[in-house]
Amino acid sequence: MIQCKTSKEIGGMGHSMRRKEDARFIQGKGQYVDDIKLPEMLYMDIVRSPFAYAKITNINIEKAMALPGVLAVITGKDLEQYNLHWMPTLMSDTQMVLPVDTVMYQSQEVAAVIATERYIAADAVELVEVEYEPMQPVMDPYKAMEADAPVLRIDKEGKTDNHIWHWEAGDKEATDRIFDDAEVKVKEQMHIPRIHVASIETCGCVANYDKVNNHLTMYMTTQAPHAIRTVIALVAGHVGLTEEKVRVISPDIGGGFGGKVPVYPGYVIAIAASFLIGKPVKWIEDRSENLQADSFARDYHITAEMAGTKDGKILATRFKLLCDHGYTDAAANPSKFPTGLFSICTGSYDYGHSYAEADAVYTNKPPGGVAYRCSFRVTEAVHAIERITDCYAQEINKDPAQLRFDNFINKDQFPYKSALGWEYDSGDYHQGLQKAMEVVGYDDLRKEQAEKRARGELMGIGISTFTEIVGAGPSREFDILGIKMFDSAEIRVHPTGKAIARFGTKSQGQGHETTYAQIVAEELGIPAEHIQVEEGDTDTAPYGLGTYASRSTPTAGAAAAIASRKLREKAKKIAAYLLEVSEEDLEWEPGKFFVKGAPDKAKTIQEIVFAAYTNHPQGMEAGFEATHYYDPPNLTFPSGAYICVVDIDKETGEVKVRRFVAIDDCGHIINPMIVQGQVHGGLTQGLAPALYEELIYDEEGNILNGTFMDYLVPTAVESPSWETGHTVTPSPHHPIGAKGVGESPTVGAPPAIVNAVVDALSHLGVTHMEIPITAPKVWKILKEKGAL
Amino acid sequence: MKEITVTVNGVEHTLEVDPRLLLVHLIRENLSLTGTHIGCDTSNCGACTILLDGKSIKSCTVFAVQVNGKNIATVEGLAADGLHPLQEGFKETHGLHCGFCTPGMLMRAVELLEKNPNPTEEEIRWGISGNLCRCTGYNNIVRAIQYAAAKMRGDELPVTDPEFV
Repeated sequence: MIQCKTSKEIGGMGHSMRRKEDARFIQGKGQYVDDIKLPEMLYMDIVRSPFAYAKITNINIEKAMALPGVLAVITGKDLEQYNLHWMPTLMSDTQMVLPVDTVMYQSQEVAAVIATERYIAADAVELVEVEYEPMQPVMDPYKAMEADAPVLRIDKEGKTDNHIWHWEAGDKEATDRIFDDAEVKVKEQMHIPRIHVASIETCGCVANYDKVNNHLTMYMTTQAPHAIRTVIALVAGHVGLTEEKVRVISPDIGGGFGGKVPVYPGYVIAIAASFLIGKPVKWIEDRSENLQADSFARDYHITAEMAGTKDGKILATRFKLLCDHGYTDAAANPSKFPTGLFSICTGSYDYGHSYAEADAVYTNKPPGGVAYRCSFRVTEAVHAIERITDCYAQEINKDPAQLRFDNFINKDQFPYKSALGWEYDSGDYHQGLQKAMEVVGYDDLRKEQAEKRARGELMGIGISTFTEIVGAGPSREFDILGIKMFDSAEIRVHPTGKAIARFGTKSQGQGHETTYAQIVAEELGIPAEHIQVEEGDTDTAPYGLGTYASRSTPTAGAAAAIASRKLREKAKKIAAYLLEVSEEDLEWEPGKFFVKGAPDKAKTIQEIVFAAYTNHPQGMEAGFEATHYYDPPNLTFPSGAYICVVDIDKETGEVKVRRFVAIDDCGHIINPMIVQGQVHGGLTQGLAPALYEELIYDEEGNILNGTFMDYLVPTAVESPSWETGHTVTPSPHHPIGAKGVGESPTVGAPPAIVNAVVDALSHLGVTHMEIPITAPKVWKILKEKGAL
Repeated sequence: MKEITVTVNGVEHTLEVDPRLLLVHLIRENLSLTGTHIGCDTSNCGACTILLDGKSIKSCTVFAVQVNGKNIATVEGLAADGLHPLQEGFKETHGLHCGFCTPGMLMRAVELLEKNPNPTEEEIRWGISGNLCRCTGYNNIVRAIQYAAAKMRGDELPVTDPEFV
């Protein structure tokens, strides 16, 4: 049971408070971008390329312009006049807003139609005549790296190949030496396929430029409204849109998962259109456009290696990556981290040496590389380490759970310096795996598996014991385009003791309106019910870098606690004044200060706040407000122990997840109900790429599954009933000991599922399966191995 | 343009509509009932699910002219006063995160429970398999519908605090 310091009425940390935001969502009163309707609003729709790589020889807009209701057709040549046809990406690469002469991937934006009605805009898209001269696209990242590969980014002066960047970490020589001498070496090639966040709400915006006041209000689906405002001002400052003239509003967001961090061309075109026409312009993409053109995630080709002793001691790991970024690097990582935080790849294990290197490459695919529910490439890292650890266990014929116990970093080794330089804050990996094994009944399952195997039935048990790295991040290393990755909280308590708290982050379903209120309630004793949380309006909220990378609790949550503590210090002074005692004589319990030894001599927080406006001590600043910008001293390192049990249908190759037990450790828990909900959802987004999802392209660059008809997002039928639990190892450096949880399950689930499938087939000599593990893939292996 | 008369959440409307106008756009744009959402363009996601003469349908697959003379219910009309047991269930059991799929899930579940007042977990999972949720992983949507089913039957309500060991 989670212990609570506050009463249920106050609703501080540890209470499963029902969500404050739900009232509007369950009654159809949420306000998402497409729900916004402004007077004289126009609609934008986009003409997209049918080819993956082609020269544009002509665009004829005459027929489209002749359609009643069409106001404009915007092309790259139009934007070129304002130098707005290219824009920078967050990774300091460049991306076309609209092409002037060449398209680089199928479904790329080619032109935009502005019309008085949504249906007219869609009709006009069909009337824009574009002539293309198709070229042979480069789709295979390995081929793109070959010396004779056609150079794709000829727009970059002097570019002679398709290589984007090289990155490495660790001591190569020392690691190589250990590999040279090791008793046991295992190596596996794995592809983490290109997938899509597929939030149920697609992306969109309403750009409203007011010519009279030279002011832009931008309603948009963004997880980082403040950063977007700064980017708009940097890009469009030269046409008069300086930062005080830009207001970004991120209303209710229908799921983000990292896909609503980047700036997409559609947003920029809508701004340009509103600026030129002087009316509000709405752009809402279709699902197919969303899947085919918005930022993808993953697409890392990984060679993972592990060296160890015969009896199961891990000595070193080595990783080599080829990162397919499509035609531009439009990832959304902290600027100094081209591979994100992949260097967490050493995992939960205690060993001294590792080396990782990566090369990124251009191909004719959509741009991106967003951190889909993952703190920048942690999913790829965890997949590599948790898979190769199982390969090692299989190679030396050791139980994968025992191998993990034998190699875990011990709880007394924290803070622990990993081989690639991270300082893990805290963890108790033995306890987590022990608990997961007890809940799932590990020993009995192994017996059942042996019996089933003897009968020719296929059942597997897979483990993943991962360490996450979240909460970016400390300003000495973490910035996006130079802006440090702090986050903020501003709390104003009104005279009657109720409060409004504003943050630089932006919930997309995580429940910030509830959990932030609970943090303030914990610290100040004001009931969470009476703390109104606001985010997403750059005119009112303090500056922050937004919500992604499980950073809201580690950064803005910390800011909420510290701002509250500043207020409690002020409250103490006021209480001492009101009670006519010295501050040292006072003691705090949630909701009031009382005199030590005389608990009936007390002032409640409500009385104190009222006094701050009506009877404050002379010389003290009136009012009751505080702001804090929190720069974390370190990242936080949540962890988890997951066990998956699968049954495989020999006739069809279908994998069925029978049970999945997830024990998560995210430090102190703010709201158990919400933490559990985050885990359920994240697990399903881990199941999806493990068994179902992949964006597939043919050699001509055609996307083969760019709609919800053929890109299989798991339904309630594919998803198992998840079993969840927790251990609590607080972060020692976080003000409330919390670590962040949203991404752990997405990161931790896929290798547990793959390990279970490989375990089910290991007696046939199978050592690895590439995801997604579809039924035909399994059936083919069973056929090859003569096991049908 | 064609004139249609349709009753939405108990209120009769007579409107001039383009024959190709989708019902979901009639609901969202012409009637400003924005609780009904659009999440795809292939009738897979179910975010636009409403009740047409009591039957749950995806309103993106129907033309507005096809509902002439019929009765429509959207999430805004689910409860005349207070909350419908399903709405209460979704809140109590944390059956939603971002809320975008929620109206469609609710409207689908209305018909599900009408036909089967005491569904098993598997029947609920199959029953909502035409509605996608990307946030919750469905565990708590199942519990929300079980909660509402119990409440509508007048049975003892299930425990709603999380089973989080």
